[in-house]
Amino acid sequence: MSVLSVQSLGKAFGGVRAVDNVSFEIGKGEFLALIGPNGAGKSTTFNMINGQLAPDAGDILIGGKSTARMKPRDIWRLGVGRTFQVAATFGSMTVVENVQMALISHAGRILNLWRPAGSLYRGRALELLAQVGMADAADRPSRELAYGDVKRIELAIALANDPQLLLMDEPTAGMAPRERNDLIKLVKDLVVERGISVLFTEHSMDVVFSYADRIIVLARGRLIADGDAAAIRDNAKVQEVYFGTGKTFQEASP
Amino acid sequence: MRAQAYLYSLAFVLAAGLSVPAAAQDTIKIGELNSYKSQPAFLDPYKKGMELALDEINSKGGVKGKKLELISRDDGGNPGEAVRVAEELVTREGVSMIAGTFLSHIGLAVTNFAGQKKVFFLAAEPLTDKITWQNGNKYTFRLRASTYMQTAMLMPAAIAAHAKRWALVYPNFEYGQAAAEAFKTLLKKAQPDVEFVTEQAPPLGKVDAGAVAQAIDDAKPDAIFNVLFGGDLAKFVREGNTRGVFKNRTVVSLLSGEPEYLDPLGAEAPVGWIVTGYPWDKIKTPEHVAFLTAYQKKFNDYPRLGSIVGYTTIKSIAAGLAKAKDLSADSLVDAFKGLYVQSPFGPFQYRASDHQATMGAFVGKIALEKGKGTMEDFKYVDGASVLPSDAEVAKLRPAGAN
Amino acid sequence: MTLNALLFQALNGLSSASGLFFIAAGLSLIFGVTRIVNIAHGSLYMLGTYIAYSLATKIGGAFGFWGGIVLTAIIVGVIGALIEIVLLRRIYRAPELFQLLATFALVLVINDATLWLWGPEDLLGPRAPGLAGAVEIFGRRLPSYDLFLIFVAPAVLIVLHFALAKTRFGRLIRAATQDREMVGALGVNQAVLFTSVFALGALLAGLGGALQVAREPANLATDLIAIGDAFVVVVVGGMGSITGAYLAAIIIAEVKALCIAIGVVDLGFMSVNFSKFTLVAEFIVMAIVLVTRPYGLLGKPQGMVRSVAEPEDPIRPATPMLKGLGAAVFILLLALPLLAQTSPYLMILAIDVLIAVIFATSLHFIMGPGGMHSFGHAAYFGLGAYGAALLVQLAGFPMLAALLAAPIIALLGALLFGWFAVRLSGVYLAMLTLAFAQIVWALVFQWESFTGGSNGVIGVWPSPPFDKSWVYYLLALALAVISVLLLRRFLFAPFGYAMRAGRDSALRAEAIGIDVKRIHWLGFAIAGCVCGIAGGLFAFAKGSISPEAISVGRSIDGLVMVLLGGIQTLVGPIVGASVYATLQDTVMRQTEYWRALLGLIILVLVLAFPQGIAGALSSLARKLGRKPGGAA
Repeated sequence: MSVLSVQSLGKAFGGVRAVDNVSFEIGKGEFLALIGPNGAGKSTTFNMINGQLAPDAGDILIGGKSTARMKPRDIWRLGVGRTFQVAATFGSMTVVENVQMALISHAGRILNLWRPAGSLYRGRALELLAQVGMADAADRPSRELAYGDVKRIELAIALANDPQLLLMDEPTAGMAPRERNDLIKLVKDLVVERGISVLFTEHSMDVVFSYADRIIVLARGRLIADGDAAAIRDNAKVQEVYFGTGKTFQEASP
Repeated sequence: MRAQAYLYSLAFVLAAGLSVPAAAQDTIKIGELNSYKSQPAFLDPYKKGMELALDEINSKGGVKGKKLELISRDDGGNPGEAVRVAEELVTREGVSMIAGTFLSHIGLAVTNFAGQKKVFFLAAEPLTDKITWQNGNKYTFRLRASTYMQTAMLMPAAIAAHAKRWALVYPNFEYGQAAAEAFKTLLKKAQPDVEFVTEQAPPLGKVDAGAVAQAIDDAKPDAIFNVLFGGDLAKFVREGNTRGVFKNRTVVSLLSGEPEYLDPLGAEAPVGWIVTGYPWDKIKTPEHVAFLTAYQKKFNDYPRLGSIVGYTTIKSIAAGLAKAKDLSADSLVDAFKGLYVQSPFGPFQYRASDHQATMGAFVGKIALEKGKGTMEDFKYVDGASVLPSDAEVAKLRPAGAN
Repeated sequence: MTLNALLFQALNGLSSASGLFFIAAGLSLIFGVTRIVNIAHGSLYMLGTYIAYSLATKIGGAFGFWGGIVLTAIIVGVIGALIEIVLLRRIYRAPELFQLLATFALVLVINDATLWLWGPEDLLGPRAPGLAGAVEIFGRRLPSYDLFLIFVAPAVLIVLHFALAKTRFGRLIRAATQDREMVGALGVNQAVLFTSVFALGALLAGLGGALQVAREPANLATDLIAIGDAFVVVVVGGMGSITGAYLAAIIIAEVKALCIAIGVVDLGFMSVNFSKFTLVAEFIVMAIVLVTRPYGLLGKPQGMVRSVAEPEDPIRPATPMLKGLGAAVFILLLALPLLAQTSPYLMILAIDVLIAVIFATSLHFIMGPGGMHSFGHAAYFGLGAYGAALLVQLAGFPMLAALLAAPIIALLGALLFGWFAVRLSGVYLAMLTLAFAQIVWALVFQWESFTGGSNGVIGVWPSPPFDKSWVYYLLALALAVISVLLLRRFLFAPFGYAMRAGRDSALRAEAIGIDVKRIHWLGFAIAGCVCGIAGGLFAFAKGSISPEAISVGRSIDGLVMVLLGGIQTLVGPIVGASVYATLQDTVMRQTEYWRALLGLIILVLVLAFPQGIAGALSSLARKLGRKPGGAA
């Protein structure tokens, strides 16, 4: 059974079909990139999967369960971690507290009014931080961190509930090329180790073609291609939507 | 550092609390509290009246050789604050008695405080009947003619109007509600077929005058009883005049003849209204002329009713102190029972039965002279003449209040 | 009632709406662009009436009146610009809402300045030259000036609408309302934009006030009445929407006119005087609108406002030194009754300070860590106080049982109102809480047979041994210490962290399984509950409780205490409450111009400590040597 199954998904905004009959699946441990030009419907698709938007048509199954009408927090409880396009952490907390927060929530102890939160799951949180290379910054206020480091913290938070599936919206947006590679490599290592499936959207074709196991391409709300890096690179339709006719990724890539 | 912040604030509290005032033994301290900031139009002249009386008393050597020292405070315009200020006056300033208050509910809270803490309290201005009747207590006396008394003073005129359909308009709080209630009861008794065709109760200070005046006009009353005062009254009068609401209708109105409320109306003063008030420039009794001359000399301004209340409050206190055998609250209570006081309105008495002063008010008609409102055909109505008998009020007061 | 009468009352409503519209439009513009909740806007309106009065009577004639109105608008606009340049510009980088504190101080100062300049008496201006009479409509006489007002509001609305749509300045205002930083990024001089918007808003308020000069006297109480009405109109119409403000002004004025027109209705078993509902009509309208349309009639969801202030530090458990000092302070406070033997008033003041501390700490709990700016916290204070007082008077509860019941009653109220309030955020949440507080206030005020109406409940004094003030003080101290420590404990527990998480980033919080609304709802309820303790203590301390305890003034006092102390620190509300309560006591002993004095002191504190007193102290401590990031 696939970890995530998207079935004939559709969503319209004021008559414009932003996503139209999109279907795909992710197998266990698969690293799947969702790409497409601006306005292709990537974010809409993504936000339906993570529960921020309700689809008009079709269904989404995570671990065999329909999540099309679920709220983000309930989807998270099914074992789905996520990171945001614009990284979001809790600015008034330290780095380690950010991760502890997710661990406490995972343990269902959010409503506890008595135990000091600072001591709860601190060890486990430090472990997670170590895995993303941020153990040294554990007690710094998270708002002081550089943007690339915030992305790493998000990753640690996303791993806190032992997810089966990781949803990453533009994980490398706003980062320098060097940082990008480091981060994606880190993600890839971590998920391979744990057998986590990943769905991510990405602008950097470099990253996509070097790391994705499989790539799906959206254009004008429709799925136009699905295959590995080589297949997508050579797909005429994909080349057309990205560059018009006559150009290829090799020429366009830096 | 945060702990230091704690300490700073603590030090602040301590410093403020501990600043013990210099104790002066050769004066008698009188605590006074009032809503100076929320009711300045009445209380500014009131304060001047108090100052004049103090000057007069202290320049003649005070009372029993001791000068009177007045300690005045703002009560913040709310009962909770007023009680704190009263406590401050008693415990920190060590006053022998408290006096003052303007709004009825604040007067009531301080009345209750006085009863509880056994402090002598002379309610100067608040009008609610409850201060001397339902919520009365041993330690509280009241100077001004109450809502019931002022309403009763207007009754003969209201009855003489022979109007069947009456409209009522009053501010929606204790004073207005009580006045409307008293008016309805008294008029029904005298004229059983009376009909109250509408009652408008706008919030205090927020009357939507056009709509209210119109609603009254639409009810087609023969006569109107008004309790609005201050800014509400000015708005109501202007709208009513423009809309012709008062044309051919008898209007009976509480307090509207007091300069505080009449003067702002200027040339638009509603001629012909039957009101209680204070025609300061037309009262020619020797007591009043003496007061008027002294007041104008001192302040280069004419007195308002507030001046009379402030002045007479201090005069009452001086008379009470002169009669009391010592400064204890119980002695003051004994002294005030049946106490005679000379006021610019003539002599009056604090009744022993309900602690209400019998100082009266002037009832007359509003007229226009030299582009300003004034009163004509007025007469002084003695408070004693409109008060229920001692036996009746005894039933109204709680047990043990005397 | 005839149809004509009803239609005529609708006309009355339209003319009342124009005054509401002018002040609300200015307030809405200022908030939209600068995000300042300008409490002093009512004061500008009041100044408008006073200045127009002076011009109309000193110059006289048609020019004095009509020219005076235009001149007044310009003068008040200039005053607005000065306020922005001299005062507000200095504190734009302070934490959110801090500017409110400055404008609150201005209210106090302007009121006393007006008293000083114009004296205490109401000043009724002349009738409008040329429009002094009335016109006959539906067989009734409508003042011609009212007719003029009916048309002048939409005229100004149309002018404003075109100015906003067609001019560069207007486009900038609209852009800034949507996204303030965008405008900064476009290279627009933000300072100039803010100053001009503030001046324009002030001008509109001044114009509104000046136009009233022919209808009502200049009066010193106008400022607070006007600001209360204006807030309601702005929120009902939708923040930043001028057309919405007009629509809302009409709806509210019409509802009031209708209540007045209906008058007394006999329902058989009882008669209801609808004119009394004008007291609360606008707040009921506001509550209904906010519950059904969270952004007002024509408002749009606000863009995220990224606070320009330095964000707050992570909270740290108390260091041994802090604990030691806290214990020392506690022992000192325990010993205070000994000092009080020479100065008995100390106990009374200390009780008031402790009540203020509980009140402010509970408000801070949701305002700071919860990010919910309640403008109606007095509701829970009042529920606690009335609950306790009525249980004593009507059910014969002993004092301690009543004190115990007070927080429970407040909790029930907070659970009910909080359920609706947490569905909103930002200033809309603030206004809905205010509406609820006003509804509670009106209920208490109107239900005379149960609550004692405007008199309140009188005669609830502590029973022995608590009738001695030092014993009652110890009780208050115990309850204050318990309340403060309990709330602190909650903040350090997962619940408190979750509340802050929801405030910092609701998106992220939801993405890790936190039900932000539920957490904030519970937080709201806890704050209300603890506030009820303060209310109960207050009722017995004063021996009475009246509707003023639920008034807007008390809610604002709470805001002032929290902001004065510093919203970003946990001791902030304690420091703020102590300083403010003591300051008030000290300053109020001056009967003359104490408001201005209090206002000036607050202004000095605002300029000296833009993070609040405790906030300034702790950031000073940070600068003085704590290593960044080091655990303290």
